[in-house]
Amino acid sequence: MNARHWIALVLMCAAVIGSFTYLAIDVRALFSVEAAAQMWNYFARFFPPDFSADYLAQAWRGTLETIAISGVGTVLAAACGMLIALPACGRFGPVARIVSRFVLNFLRSIPELVWAALMVFAVGLGPFAGTLALALHTTGVIGRLFAETLENAPPEPALALQLAGAHPAAAFFYGTLPNVIAQFVAYTLYRWEINIRMAAILGVVGAGGLGQMLYMSLSLFQQAQAMTIILAMLLLVVIVDAASAALRARME
Amino acid sequence: MARDPAALPRFVLTALIVVLLIPGFKLTEFEPGVLFDTRNRETIGRFLGTFFPLALSADFLQLVIKSTIETLAIATAGMALALAIAAPLSLLVTRSLSISRIGPGPGLWSGRVLRTPVRLALMLCRSVPEIVWALLFVRAVGLGPTAGVLAIGITYGGMLGKVYAEIFESGDTRPTVALLESGSGHLPAFLYGMLPVALPEIVSYSVYRWECAIRASVIMGFVGAGGLGMQMELSMRMLSGGEVSTMLLVFLLLVMLADGISAALRRVIE
Repeated sequence: MNARHWIALVLMCAAVIGSFTYLAIDVRALFSVEAAAQMWNYFARFFPPDFSADYLAQAWRGTLETIAISGVGTVLAAACGMLIALPACGRFGPVARIVSRFVLNFLRSIPELVWAALMVFAVGLGPFAGTLALALHTTGVIGRLFAETLENAPPEPALALQLAGAHPAAAFFYGTLPNVIAQFVAYTLYRWEINIRMAAILGVVGAGGLGQMLYMSLSLFQQAQAMTIILAMLLLVVIVDAASAALRARME
Repeated sequence: MARDPAALPRFVLTALIVVLLIPGFKLTEFEPGVLFDTRNRETIGRFLGTFFPLALSADFLQLVIKSTIETLAIATAGMALALAIAAPLSLLVTRSLSISRIGPGPGLWSGRVLRTPVRLALMLCRSVPEIVWALLFVRAVGLGPTAGVLAIGITYGGMLGKVYAEIFESGDTRPTVALLESGSGHLPAFLYGMLPVALPEIVSYSVYRWECAIRASVIMGFVGAGGLGMQMELSMRMLSGGEVSTMLLVFLLLVMLADGISAALRRVIE
């Protein structure tokens, strides 16, 4: 421990104490026996979860909707990302490169949930808003990854085709694309995995899927049904994790 | 004209994706027409039109600064809570710190029996997304930053607990084991054998998580857990785009600032 470490430590402690003071959180009241009993009462109402056949069918539909939102959103993003990646890797001159990079950065830096809240205003409540929100954010992420892949792809095959008289589009499809398509697919699958998790919670702002069901059941004080949805979310994430781990193990 | 040898597999793959997507489009109520519907286009156009110019009135800026500080405070207090949860639990689940594992003696089974539920509890804490915790706590303790602090504390407590234990195990555990075998207690063995090895990694991971907590606390505001996100949601509801775009700008600056601070902190530690 030297002086700089001590300064960092003191600053961090000051930040923590300052934060609790600023938020006016009464730590002792929050962790009192009374508060614990209240919390216990609140969370006890979530059990047992609602496992009636009727509600399980609804939860199943919500799960399918979540998967559909993530799938359609990711495919749209892959298509748009591809279109924007072409100018972003410098194919159409420096101006197009700067403009398209700015668009990608903008799309990426706004979180999915903020996009979802905006889309709910644009197209109304429901899964379509969630799909658009995921597509917008993911286009930014995937577009940048695609552009980097294209930049790093070997230029010789496409160049050879073009020098032999091929149209630039044909040179791209037969000279460049085969070299990058595997990487593109890998990136898209990777983002799909993240998007399934995201699609499950986007609904809390009204963008469809399991999140919206959770939000509605909590608003109606149907805690048992809320618990069913939370379990469905957990199950979905566990399955996706296992599937992606299995897939990765097989590909290696 | 020569045929493309890869045409058939490509066609099959594309057809498969399209067939799988059709029910997806139906389930997501995919109707791009909604976006271009005249009445809707006018509403969207009007809302988007209000995004510029930015809202920069003194009153509003004051409110933005206040909620930005609140967001930072939620992230920091939440991380402190997460640390308070993760530190003891990570010690409990670290196997190298177990005395009963060294040799036959009392406590072998009780140690195992204790570690499993703690590990499960940590898993439960981090598997439920923070925004769901926030949604639950907003209903338990009311709207405002307290719900955000609790949500970050629990989710990140679960993550930190697991990662800390992994860091402890992945370092050189021989000093710890040597101390334990020569009769030292758990805590001295941890403080003198394990912590010095693991500390830099622990600190740098925690700082990185603090950065994530800032982003998370903005997002949790959308379900009422205080801070910049809550203000952003209110402005959206009132369709005042200028305020939304100002706050989005502040959010981006905040993320960049947190990035800078965390890089600087990590440099100090190394």
